[in-house]
Amino acid sequence: MAQDTKNISDLSFEDAMAELESIVRNMESGDTKLEDSISAYERGIELKKHCEKKLRDAQSKIEKITINDDGAATAEPFDQEE
Amino acid sequence: MMTTEIPSDAAARSNVPEMSVSELSFSLKRTLEETYGRIRVRGELSRVKVAASGHMYSDLKDENSVINVICWKGTLSKMDLQPEEGMDVICTGRISTYPARSNYQLIIEKMELAGEGALLKLLEERKRKLAAEGLFDPARKKDLPFLPQTIGVVTSPTGAVIRDIMHRLDDRFPRHVLLYPVLVQGQGAADQIANAIRKFDMIKGTDDLPRPDVLIVARGGGSLEDLMAFNEENVVRAAAECSIPLISAVGHETDTTLIDFVADQRAPTPTGAAEIAVPRRADLIARLSETSQRLFTAMSRHIEVRKDRTENFSKRLGDPQRLLENKTQKFDNVTQRLSGLFERRLSAARERLVRYSAQIRHPQYLVNDAQRRLEDRVSRLPQIGARIVGDHKTRLQNVAGLLEAYAYTNVLKRGYAVVRDEAGKPLGSAKAAAAHNAMSLEFHDGLVDVHAAGQDAPPQPSPQKAKPKKKAAPAKKQDSGSTKADQGSLF
Repeated sequence: MAQDTKNISDLSFEDAMAELESIVRNMESGDTKLEDSISAYERGIELKKHCEKKLRDAQSKIEKITINDDGAATAEPFDQEE
Repeated sequence: MMTTEIPSDAAARSNVPEMSVSELSFSLKRTLEETYGRIRVRGELSRVKVAASGHMYSDLKDENSVINVICWKGTLSKMDLQPEEGMDVICTGRISTYPARSNYQLIIEKMELAGEGALLKLLEERKRKLAAEGLFDPARKKDLPFLPQTIGVVTSPTGAVIRDIMHRLDDRFPRHVLLYPVLVQGQGAADQIANAIRKFDMIKGTDDLPRPDVLIVARGGGSLEDLMAFNEENVVRAAAECSIPLISAVGHETDTTLIDFVADQRAPTPTGAAEIAVPRRADLIARLSETSQRLFTAMSRHIEVRKDRTENFSKRLGDPQRLLENKTQKFDNVTQRLSGLFERRLSAARERLVRYSAQIRHPQYLVNDAQRRLEDRVSRLPQIGARIVGDHKTRLQNVAGLLEAYAYTNVLKRGYAVVRDEAGKPLGSAKAAAAHNAMSLEFHDGLVDVHAAGQDAPPQPSPQKAKPKKKAAPAKKQDSGSTKADQGSLF
């Protein structure tokens, strides 16, 4: 797997999930070597943790863009009226 | 002078009060402005010109008439509609005059397209033009990120739209939202929207201000005119140029604005945009949990399968204790056979020794034996010697008989002679004889010495006497002419 070298923390949720699913499919096919399946399993666990982190880190936040005098954009809290 | 004269003259002719031009002009201005203080006029714009001052001067005409129109800079900039040549419009305003020239004109305060059909026609043309530029090309459309981290929203900070978006995002997958507040209708709305899209695209992304992964440009429902800002060319172009994937969500499902054609994805409503922007977190959690479960199961099965296999093999491998016993037994057996073998080998060797020892004889016996064989041979020797000599004698007599039978002397008995030189060496030819004077002839009964006659007198007896020569001479003559010539010179 070419992705093996890729740092998991750099992966998007989608890519991590896709790799995890591909690992699971490979392992389910049952024809991997024990060593390979162990390292695949370990990577699978890392990917799972990464995905969980991505899913956990889901908090709502809304900020308003304002433009400075020099034209630069900044974000500041936005009070949403209900 | 003239002005004083003419009025006085006119006054003399009528009682109409005399007015100055200025008075008239201002009076007319007043009358027009009071009478036509607020009117709506429909007509076609013609000779549209925006002066350097920013005011617009144009004509408004129908089939038969024309009226000058002016739109002051301030009004123009706040207008939804960009006046264009040939546009069928309804202008709201007042009539005024320019006293310096006594022209009257319509000062426009508001301008709208004459009827929805005209507006739609305008949009249709603009759409065709932008499509021709390839702005709506499906190949230009970017994929939306699966799970954006930050979402940029361009919409009004007040109203239901941003609230709806936030609600739906919170339901599905709470995200960091950056709101760019803009006017979504009325004067300047289009510019603000276009600017907001461009500003979002310019964000490089820092911890304080992350770059959005996706943009939502949204507005609630409204009339065609209310949504006009999203049809404006600069908004459409800003959306087309934006490198961040963009979702348009303007009005209700049935409303279509030009930004919808250029957006990477069109949502029917702002709520719909939030649904398109993020996946449902609960679904992802479920999928991840299912996948993890499969991972565990697959790993457990891997281990299980190998454990079974190991046990299976270990059974087939057998009990090492028994294996050892078998080997021990085999070893003992071999050891036993080995020691027996050694015994057998030794006794066999011993037997052979005895046998060979018995065969050894005393040397005196060998000497006696040889002595006996010698005596035997010696006793047979005389017999053998006599027989060998007898044999040789017989063979010698045979050979001597043969020799006698072949001797030349027998030939001499038949009348032939041998010619010999002084030394007794036989001469076989006339040529050989020619070199000698003294020769001898051997007959069977003795020798006769002869002398050769002179060179010119040929020896008479030679043809008869030396028959071998005679025989040889004719043979030579027949042989070749050269011999004949030699012979000629000899005679």
